[in-house]
Amino acid sequence: MSGPSDYQPTNPALKWIERRLPILGLMHSSFVAYPTPRNLNYWWTFGAILSMMLGVQIITGVILAMHYTPHVDMAFKSVESIVRDVNYGWLLRNMHATGASMFFVAVYVHMFRGLYYGSYKEPREILWILGVIIYLLMMATGFMGYVLPWGQMSFWGATVITNLFSAIPYVGDSIVTLLWGGYSVGNPTLNRFFSLHYLLPFVIAGVVVLHVWALHVAGQNNPAGVEPKTEKDTVPFTPYATMKDAFGVSCFMLFFAWFIFYMPNYLGEADNYIPANPGVTPAHIVPEWYYLPFYAILRSIPNKLAGVVAMFGAILVLAFLPWLDTARTKSSKYRPLAKQFFWIFVVVCVLLGWLGAKPAEGIYVIAGRVLTFCYFAYFLIVLPLLSRIEKPRPVPNSIADDVLAKAGKSAPMVSSVIALAVAGALFAGSAPSARAAEGQAAPPSQKWSFAGPFGKFDRGAMQRGLKVYKEVCASCHGLSYIAFRNLADPGGPGFSVAQSAAFASEYKVKDGPNDAGDMFERPGRPADYFPSPFPNEQAARAANGGALPPDLSLITKARSYPRGFPMFVVDLFTQFQEQGPNYVSGLLQGYEEKPPAGFTLPEGSSYNKYFPGHAIKMPNPLSDGQVTYDDGSPATVAQYAKDVTTFLMWTAEPHMEARKKLGLQVFVFLILLTGLLYFTKKKIWADAH
Amino acid sequence: MTTASSADHPTRRDFLFVATGAVAAVGGAATLVPFISQMNPDASTIAAGAPIEVDLAPIAEGQDIKVFWRGKPIFISHRTKKQIDEARKVPVASLPDPQSDEARVKPGKDQWLVVIGICTHLGCIPIAHEGQYDGFFCPCHGSQYDTSGRIRSGPAPTNLPVPPYQFVSDTKIQIG
Ligand code: FES
Repeated sequence: MSGPSDYQPTNPALKWIERRLPILGLMHSSFVAYPTPRNLNYWWTFGAILSMMLGVQIITGVILAMHYTPHVDMAFKSVESIVRDVNYGWLLRNMHATGASMFFVAVYVHMFRGLYYGSYKEPREILWILGVIIYLLMMATGFMGYVLPWGQMSFWGATVITNLFSAIPYVGDSIVTLLWGGYSVGNPTLNRFFSLHYLLPFVIAGVVVLHVWALHVAGQNNPAGVEPKTEKDTVPFTPYATMKDAFGVSCFMLFFAWFIFYMPNYLGEADNYIPANPGVTPAHIVPEWYYLPFYAILRSIPNKLAGVVAMFGAILVLAFLPWLDTARTKSSKYRPLAKQFFWIFVVVCVLLGWLGAKPAEGIYVIAGRVLTFCYFAYFLIVLPLLSRIEKPRPVPNSIADDVLAKAGKSAPMVSSVIALAVAGALFAGSAPSARAAEGQAAPPSQKWSFAGPFGKFDRGAMQRGLKVYKEVCASCHGLSYIAFRNLADPGGPGFSVAQSAAFASEYKVKDGPNDAGDMFERPGRPADYFPSPFPNEQAARAANGGALPPDLSLITKARSYPRGFPMFVVDLFTQFQEQGPNYVSGLLQGYEEKPPAGFTLPEGSSYNKYFPGHAIKMPNPLSDGQVTYDDGSPATVAQYAKDVTTFLMWTAEPHMEARKKLGLQVFVFLILLTGLLYFTKKKIWADAH
Repeated sequence: MTTASSADHPTRRDFLFVATGAVAAVGGAATLVPFISQMNPDASTIAAGAPIEVDLAPIAEGQDIKVFWRGKPIFISHRTKKQIDEARKVPVASLPDPQSDEARVKPGKDQWLVVIGICTHLGCIPIAHEGQYDGFFCPCHGSQYDTSGRIRSGPAPTNLPVPPYQFVSDTKIQIG
């Protein structure tokens, strides 16, 4: 892409092809001979990281689409069966779901890098605008992908985001109906979102090709912000940039793997493990973390239309950046004022993200308005003004000079990495904190055998927990994602195949129709699922005072509580993921005979310390001695709660042990590979310095 | 990648490159495992392919039924004396896929023929009681099977396969 290539294949077959389609020459000139500035730092490897992430998302996405069913009645279940039944389905799903977040982490670093080093300036305006288009497409794709699992957050996210368009005067409502394909978010909406979610990544790939093309025409920017002048300023893309990128990609994969194998739900919302219910909105609707700053801008404006305009404006203003910042000096390294404002702007974005996850009330609203003003002021006031008044420091004569001058000082790089890591953790972790329920005490943290990187389920506890479920919980709660055969799965309660078949045969399962057209009952088989206690939701409500006893298969992943600052940052490193089990076991032990003074308990409810709102329809289910254990474990409520919670953690994630085991192997491998790449890269670059 | 300075430590340098490349290749190959393995039948499909039981009592002599096991049609024929004789009369050596009728049924249960009803040519479902041999006739490309489900003429290369099954009682079989 940088002029005619001097590439001459020697192999006759390649020669034959090259004369007819000079694709090898194109590859050679774009990715081998292409001159790349020799002073690029590691922030420049995020381009390669993003290419890798796009590839990962497309490949895992195409695979998930082979197993997913885009139908309102089956979508949630099909995602669960991917995770439970498909070979390595849990891995592919985790890769894709956390991969979306990683993609955005990388794109934000890439964008801030462009902002800091002035990569949008002449002659790279189109390159930058193509980048903004890619970012917009990514947001649309990410949003539609989040809808597909059809959980509560999927459904209500889809409702809220599509309703943004209703703010458009006159035609807004018609546009929303058009988007939905109905009178509300429903099956047609899910179907078209699936179709578009499959299409858009390929559109992104197309725009990426244009982005790379434009990059190769204008050449890469670099930390010094001066264009290469002589041979001495550049090195060939391969092996220099290739190896540096490979090392960067490998480091990023370590970061990525941390989430895939150890924190797969950290960046998600517990509510999305509850199937979509068009009749109940979750207490706090929060978008995915990567939309939070824009969500905060939307909410800080009290007028519907103005809020939507501000939100989209916050993204679109980026496209005008080349004309808002007209300073001649590209790199903020040589712009003392711009550099400070840049970091202030980063902080503003992080704080907006944090606010986006907070309830829109009180001080948060005011802070949101101030920060929204700061956000726009940076682009519309600060940058244009700085271009006129700032006195930049002298830039180096050439890239080669810059490289020579740098020998010795490299501290700012380290400090900015730390600053960004802290900011990123703050930002990412702010999502769960949004779900603060008033007056709800956090349940005590317990010691779980399955916690941590080497955690394993306690088989005895699982078997006892199954007994508690069967004898107590099963009278009201279903376990519909678990089949009897699962009891014999590796990593499960440790039944033999014969035991699970015997266990299944104790159940009566409805089957049919038979040859006469009648439904009939037969003994359960290993392939059958635990039968639900009620035939339908109405029957379940009627028998339980109007409350619906939730299915317990996913309960330990569908319940959570806010950890608060700074715990959620600490959790990222300690791999704390046990809010659900703590809550379930806390709830089972949280009943109190008498509500505290001043609390009026509604008729037919019980008081529970840990239940949001405290008035729970489920009467205290457990009492000491209720279930007989035959392995000598104490027959106490505390023990029952612990056992049944352990069992339910397994039902929520049957392949947890496999996940942690593979995670360890992947980490050992990636550390080895990253180390080797580091030394290889060092060896190769030794020639260039 | 050969430059002047590489002359200093050619072996150590080459070793590093080869090691890095090898480790990366191993990682790439290992990554393929989950991506390919996911295409295999999932756990619920495998569980649903468990053995099934079929009651033979309602099938009268000369009749046959079709049941499904693992998504495949299984033909169960209650053969008449005449059909059995026909199948046994023909010299085994003259068949395209030589196999005796005795080898295709359970001992003492000569009247019961159980075969997978999928034409061994290209997978169409043959029609029972049709064709010149009173066995099965495949409408797709004209393969003819006899009363033992053996290929007699047409493009199909082999006999209709017998699925794994056994008699659990006199009138009940378990397929699978
Ligand atoms: S498929 Fe039966 S003859 Fe071709």
